Amino acid sequence: MRLWRFKGLSMTYFAGIDIGSLTTEVVILDSNADMLSYSINLTGADCNEAVDQALGQALSRAGLSRDQLSFIVATGYGRVTIPFSDKKITEISCHGTSAHHLFPDTETVIDIGGQDSKVIRIDKEGKVLDFTMNDKCAAGTGRFLEVMAGAFRVSLEDFGQLSLKAEREIPISSVCTVFAESEVISLIAQNQAREDIIRGLHSSVVNRIWNMVQTVGVHGAVTMSGGVAKNRGVVVLMEEKLGKPIHIHTEPQIMGALGAALLAKRHFLQEK
Amino acid sequence: MSFAQKARYNFMKDLGAPALMWLRQSQRKKRPRKPNPYLGPPLKCAGRLREIMTRHYYLSRFSKGAKPVAWVTSGAPVELLRVFDFYTIYPENHGALCGAQKKGPEICSEAEKKGYHPDLCSYARIDLGHAFSGKTPAGRLPRPDLLFCANNICQTVLYWYKELSYYWNIPLIIFDTPYNFQDIREKDIEYMVCQFEEMIPELERISGCKYSHDRFMKIIGIARESASTWGRVLATMKHRPAPISIFDAFVHLAPIVSLRGLPIALDYYRILLDELEERVAKGIGAVTNESKRLMWDNIAVWFKLRDWSLLFAERGLNFVAATYTNAWAETIHYLDEMSPFESMARAYSLVVLNNSLNYRLKLMEQMIRDYQVDGLVILSLRSCKPYSVGQYDLRRLLGERLGIKSVVIESDMTDFRAYSEEQTRTRLEAFFEALEV
Repeated sequence: MRLWRFKGLSMTYFAGIDIGSLTTEVVILDSNADMLSYSINLTGADCNEAVDQALGQALSRAGLSRDQLSFIVATGYGRVTIPFSDKKITEISCHGTSAHHLFPDTETVIDIGGQDSKVIRIDKEGKVLDFTMNDKCAAGTGRFLEVMAGAFRVSLEDFGQLSLKAEREIPISSVCTVFAESEVISLIAQNQAREDIIRGLHSSVVNRIWNMVQTVGVHGAVTMSGGVAKNRGVVVLMEEKLGKPIHIHTEPQIMGALGAALLAKRHFLQEK
Repeated sequence: MSFAQKARYNFMKDLGAPALMWLRQSQRKKRPRKPNPYLGPPLKCAGRLREIMTRHYYLSRFSKGAKPVAWVTSGAPVELLRVFDFYTIYPENHGALCGAQKKGPEICSEAEKKGYHPDLCSYARIDLGHAFSGKTPAGRLPRPDLLFCANNICQTVLYWYKELSYYWNIPLIIFDTPYNFQDIREKDIEYMVCQFEEMIPELERISGCKYSHDRFMKIIGIARESASTWGRVLATMKHRPAPISIFDAFVHLAPIVSLRGLPIALDYYRILLDELEERVAKGIGAVTNESKRLMWDNIAVWFKLRDWSLLFAERGLNFVAATYTNAWAETIHYLDEMSPFESMARAYSLVVLNNSLNYRLKLMEQMIRDYQVDGLVILSLRSCKPYSVGQYDLRRLLGERLGIKSVVIESDMTDFRAYSEEQTRTRLEAFFEALEV
């Protein structure tokens, strides 16, 4: 029985591919919805190449080949560019699905990605009830924090930790990424403590997201997804605002792809 | 008004313009459009609409000197100007035309070069940009002898028309409509009627024509009839499948905006209504496979009309109602020949944008029920603040009361620099997923 299963003869496999503005993630699931492997790659200029690379990596980690995949769902901004996907689903439904799968008590999902941030309200079955997204502006997104970390020449990992070490907060008034960067540079020139400035930047992102959270309303447990969920600085400030802890998966970046893979399984079974 | 200019205008009206229309029509027949599998057959009277509007813009360039020319806001009581035989140009309709032809950013930037802020309404920027540079896809617009504006649609028009008045040194008449927080007050009606009475001698002076009460009553009658026919046109969308979509209605709105009070608008809507009633009887829909029905809130996004009508039609979605197209049929039943001034004051000051959010909520609730709407698309418009304010509350309340699904998208109606394709597409597709289409 074990050998049979090992060779993948009885199993069907599903892939979810999330092509974001910064990174492309792939998740491979088996028919029990267990995650076999995942991969995270930079999207770069060529979407198709990034997808091939990410999918190839994930497949080799799972010991599978592409023709063993029964159903592929693409999501994220690049979803329309993948010619071989069986279905394209928005990242809004995907994040809702994965948050519900990992943390069934979730009713509010905060996803902060590279170029946009979303607050999604889901029902007890993981279906999207309502959502809101940032408008045509990168303030309140991962890209904002990335640019600011660049201004301090600090890695993104250290950036969030530095925010937690601040003694006070220096408010950043500009919401525009470019203007905020100039503001930061002039604060550095005034010899302000960098931790305090960094804390101000994190607050700026959290305040922006908080407005969106209030539009949708806080219901049930809150789950955070997207690369920014790895940033402790943002998470701690958001938890303070919410007054309750936030669920975060060990790899929050792959939640879009995981949702896509779960929906791939669902659609495969429906079509069957 | 010179005799030569009048003769030239009449020649172009009776012979020149019809000849040009005939020439265009004969050229058009050679290139039939491929039918789209998701859309119903095109309306037969669309050609007639094109002809009317082209003729209106074409003749306008010969109107200067032959007739008094007025530039008018979409919500102004134009019936009064018709008594004095003004040739009317609607800058907002012209802005929509520029938007549909994707000229918005180019003409807006002409105004921005002069220091007008990009956050200003794009209709205003297009109009000012056109005034400064002469750029227009309509060939040439006549310079006005009078500017006529009503603040029942927004406050921007006041400052926009004041700018034009200052720039060209021409008279401006403002019709001030008090905002309705609750019910309209008798004092407000009196205030508006006094304004009409004050306008008449000014209009006589500018146009050189005498006021005729008989003529005015006749015009009020035509205006009421055209608007109620337009209302019946919209009401055909209560049928399943709806014989036209709101995207069509956005286009067929032009005569009621620009030619209101003229017999040609009434004639056109009668033709349109006959055709739609025929389509209803035969069961022909605007969307071949109408599965769900939607409502639109706000002005149209003129540069996306075609793309979006396909995007929705492919999924069997049809827009059957809009607060915007409804605005020209909404209050017109107030018009009454027996008390033309009082009734006109009511009809123009009770429109949706001059009313409280509570009124708008009730109106939308009623429309959702009447038109059996399944979903709501709310456009938050960069340009139109009075239309966009309160939309999140309306959305929440409608969701709570009727359980209706909705989505908010952001754009501008003509300036596509304020539009993000990818972001909007994601929002719309998530909405489609929620509607399960």
